[in-house]
Amino acid sequence: MSACEIEARAAQWLAARDRDDWNETDQAALDAWLNEDILNSVAYWRLEAAWSDTDRLKVLRRPGRSEAAIVEKRRFRPLLLSVAAALAAVAAIGFGATFLFQPAIRTYATAIGERETIRFADGSQIELNTDTKLRAEVSSSRRKVWLDKGEAYFQIHHDASNPFVVIAGDRYVTDLGTKFRIRRDTNRLEVALVEGRAQLETSNSRVPEQPMVLMPGDIAIATATAVSLVKLPEKGLARELAWRHGKVVFNNTSLADAAAEFNRYNRERIVVADPRVAKTAIYGTFQTNNVAAFARLAHEVLGLTIERRNGDILITR
Amino acid sequence: MVEKTTETGRESAGQRADAAMTASELKAWFVREVLPLEAILMHFLRHNWRDASEIEDLRQEVYARVCEAARKERPELAKPFVLQTARNLLIDRVRRVHVVPIDAVADLDALGVAMDAPGPDRNVIAREQLRRLQSALDKLSPRVRQVVVMRRIEGMGRGEIAQRMGITEDTVAEYLAQGMRFLADKLYGEAPPPGAGK
Repeated sequence: MSACEIEARAAQWLAARDRDDWNETDQAALDAWLNEDILNSVAYWRLEAAWSDTDRLKVLRRPGRSEAAIVEKRRFRPLLLSVAAALAAVAAIGFGATFLFQPAIRTYATAIGERETIRFADGSQIELNTDTKLRAEVSSSRRKVWLDKGEAYFQIHHDASNPFVVIAGDRYVTDLGTKFRIRRDTNRLEVALVEGRAQLETSNSRVPEQPMVLMPGDIAIATATAVSLVKLPEKGLARELAWRHGKVVFNNTSLADAAAEFNRYNRERIVVADPRVAKTAIYGTFQTNNVAAFARLAHEVLGLTIERRNGDILITR
Repeated sequence: MVEKTTETGRESAGQRADAAMTASELKAWFVREVLPLEAILMHFLRHNWRDASEIEDLRQEVYARVCEAARKERPELAKPFVLQTARNLLIDRVRRVHVVPIDAVADLDALGVAMDAPGPDRNVIAREQLRRLQSALDKLSPRVRQVVVMRRIEGMGRGEIAQRMGITEDTVAEYLAQGMRFLADKLYGEAPPPGAGK
């Protein structure tokens, strides 16, 4: 079990212990879990200490004024908003394509190796990565973007009355005040949330998929049939977005994946022929267009053979 | 709070030295001496380990090693002991890693925090904690925040919270668990260590 899983388990125990009907059998089960591994104990002790430190928060309580009541009032707003946004998005997807008026939809595209930033009048901004195609309909009454292929980083000026919806195949992302990045490959969609919140949903009624609210650090990976959620720490997110500065960052990346990443940006393709070589894991930061530096390092550091053939770079043992 | 966690860990209790601690002493020592060092430890780990996704794992492994050792013999000074343990762990990991670092490996000796600088003062921590808790609370997602506020500040029971929010008690527990983890990270892990230049 990873530290994260252990911590999740420890938090469950701690939350469970908080209940009124906690009994000796429960306590025995908890003790058994704690004694199983000192990793379990330290995770539990740490959370327990933090939780008990939250006692200090009690000073925030003011007589005659219930914090809970205040929060409670506040809670309906975002909930209603997301419902409204979801309805708007559903309506948009349901009728948008065939509806009577079809105001200016503009197409933006980048070639291999290009990047482009689109700035909208409402203050929103979209950065297109290499080999990306996107259509946008952004006006004061509706804001919709179709990501047809590739990858883009969205910095959305939030407007609850005019939600920003990104459609990628049969999934769509609704902004709830957000910076996020979407990458669409042939059979796979990745949504990484950097700031704020966004909601990922499917428009395919045959897929029984719950709308998913993404929080900062979340990466949702959607295939045709499933969505999974990965939590990335800040540095991991920075790596995912290194392309915004014209860089790729490899972190325990297999040579095969590194080559595939370079190939997104360059016409000169890297081919890793040998399957054993392909598995070699590497670290490093490169300019997206500097295939030569990558090839040189593969040769000098990893001792691999580099060959140029028909405009490709062939890496072998 | 249950202090009785009896025998913790992988080893049997057979070989205790004089400075050995019981499980509840160990826990108290860990909370009092080691947890306040978390910000310094995290700073050390982040600066010396490039894979950010492993930092949490490393932190917990350091805690486990520190407690394993302390159970047998309580170290005189927690801070150098924790950092030394962290350093040894990183060296172990570097040796085991089958990854070829294509650019330079972080130099364990060149970086890091002075081993002998004093640890943070408990009083400073106490004052800091409220401030940090308040800001952490604001960063929680609305529903989790609401559950934490109701439970911790309002002192409501779980059933009452569930009823008010129109969710099940299990969901309340889930939100509480989420809140606990988030608050622990903000409380212990994120303060810039003194003298770290941050």
